[in-house]
Amino acid sequence: MSVTEVEFEARGAEEAQAAGGAIEGRSQWSLTWRRLRGDRVAMASLIVIVIMIALAIAAPLFVKITGHPPNTAYPDTGQDLSGNPVGPGVNGFWLGTDGVGRDLFIRILYGARISLFVGLFTTAIATVAGVSVGLLAGYFGGFVDTVLARFTDAVLAFPYVVLAIALAALFGPSLTIILAMITFFSWAGIARIVRGQTLSIKEKEYVEAARSLGAGPFRIMFLDILPNLLAPVLVVATLYIPQAVIFEATLSFLALGIQPPTASWGNILAEATNFYQTSWWYVVFPALALLITTLAFNLLGDGIRDAMDPRTERLLAASRNKRGRKKRRKAAAAGQAGALPDPVPQPPAALS
Amino acid sequence: MALIGYLIRRILTGIVVVWLVATGTFFLFFARPPITVARQLAGRAATPQVINEVITNLGLNQPIMTQYWHFIKGLLHGNLGYSYFYQESVNTMLKQDLPPTLSLVVGGVVIWLVVGLSAGILSATRPRSLFDRVSNVAVLIGLSLPVFVIGEFLILVVFVPLNQRGITWIQTGYAGITQGFGTWAGHMILPWITLAATEAAIYTRLMRGQLLDTLGEDYIRTARAKGLSERRVVFRHGVRAALTPVVSQLGVDVGALLGGVVVVEVVFGLGGLGQVAIEAVSKGDLPVILGFVILAAIFVVVANIIVDLLYAVLDPRVRIT
Repeated sequence: MSVTEVEFEARGAEEAQAAGGAIEGRSQWSLTWRRLRGDRVAMASLIVIVIMIALAIAAPLFVKITGHPPNTAYPDTGQDLSGNPVGPGVNGFWLGTDGVGRDLFIRILYGARISLFVGLFTTAIATVAGVSVGLLAGYFGGFVDTVLARFTDAVLAFPYVVLAIALAALFGPSLTIILAMITFFSWAGIARIVRGQTLSIKEKEYVEAARSLGAGPFRIMFLDILPNLLAPVLVVATLYIPQAVIFEATLSFLALGIQPPTASWGNILAEATNFYQTSWWYVVFPALALLITTLAFNLLGDGIRDAMDPRTERLLAASRNKRGRKKRRKAAAAGQAGALPDPVPQPPAALS
Repeated sequence: MALIGYLIRRILTGIVVVWLVATGTFFLFFARPPITVARQLAGRAATPQVINEVITNLGLNQPIMTQYWHFIKGLLHGNLGYSYFYQESVNTMLKQDLPPTLSLVVGGVVIWLVVGLSAGILSATRPRSLFDRVSNVAVLIGLSLPVFVIGEFLILVVFVPLNQRGITWIQTGYAGITQGFGTWAGHMILPWITLAATEAAIYTRLMRGQLLDTLGEDYIRTARAKGLSERRVVFRHGVRAALTPVVSQLGVDVGALLGGVVVVEVVFGLGGLGQVAIEAVSKGDLPVILGFVILAAIFVVVANIIVDLLYAVLDPRVRIT
């Protein structure tokens, strides 16, 4: 799909809206929210995320309901005669038990607490750090930029598992190390994007105006430039959360992260490796929890990106009308036949 | 000529990088009081005599700079020191464990690039088709699953059922290529797919986006107007231009690839370098970890030089300087 076509559609949609109701001014954020609300996939993802967070917070409540604390083993009810885990629904274990007879459902909930905390916390810190570094590098340029940009590139290319191995050998694995490591490897991508945006925004007239009014560099950076690059940062940050969740699970799986008996999705899955043949639920449920969470964050991130950038496709797919669909099909057919797409924007439908 | 000068400069910078990594790791590991290292080695219940003996045996009582000098001298001779736990040199250990890792990387990278790039090209040339939709969903799932979950999943739904039904071609563990190509491939096929899956997803998405952008360019229209065949337009004009950002991403992903290698080796019990490093962590076998870190640094440096050269070959605007 060509840009002109998209612009044309976007204009058509705007005018259709204007024709329907009174014209009101809308900020970028309220426009984005409106578009996002129309995106069913993104809204479903948001709901899934909220449910996940609620379940994680309510984990102690479920302990009360089931009467199974996360680290208590039930050799009598939680294991069958040959010592294998019992399946979902047996003896009051909703999702079955794990290798030593602990309640799998409760452990997955406690794993969610770790995963979500690591994901949200590291992304928050990494975003602040990345935005600061990117702003400084992009705004000051020159030597500062060279040093910071080189450093950013070095971090981006560094094999993280190797550092994790070295650090775990040195300090012993712990939650603090995990948080520090994930943060350290996450800010660089954000810094790179912010730097690029800052480079272009700092040449704008309003920045010049602020400078001529006597604003200092930090005032310009944080009050004039920062608000205008929040949109891409928000998108990237949303997409970093699932990365951090995966990162933590991987480290815990390799025994470099959260140590048993504290439950983490990574170490539950690592323990499950010995029970492939007998207990499918032991692998499937924690993996599913992980997949649902990361998928929801990824889909939400994509949705926010589409909502912020009206040129992307999904948005159009959501708000397309019948007329648009027919036209697009025709255009697609013409395109396949080898004809040129019409470069001249046609008059909006409302006028013809 | 410019190429040779460039290569020499890159290799020199590469050596400096490896030296920095080695020195940093060395001081991180050995600047601690020797008793900490020795205690790790001798176990918690060791008597002071045993600990002292260990310290003397390992040369930990020498000044740190002397130890560093020994280490660097060994490194220059290609000697990485001796394992604390096995009566073996780190060189021998790493050399023994290289074949599984090498097999994994080579096969995995081939699958990853072939699948990732061709899926991206197919999606971009047929946007909104059934293939495009299916591949988009597959990409999202690939991005949302950690490597080890994909590996465990493959074991659960491919390896276990096949072996229960008596089909034993696909195996876990490692078999050298000397035992026959078929056996080797049977052992490696699941690890390859696992290693390739996530990265292939990233590259499918990247390639699709780049190619869609490129195909919207004016010069593509010109090429079509000249009457070139669609295939020529897509491959000669489109893919070639779209490939450059993809290749530059490759340099960044070399580090991620190493991480994937470690995970896949642990999941499938391949016993390569990564698995040895993980085992060394649980034992506190510092020389082995040090050797692994240095080898990883060399790998990243060399891979990045290759990627940059590729970049220059693909995009004539990039001058090697």
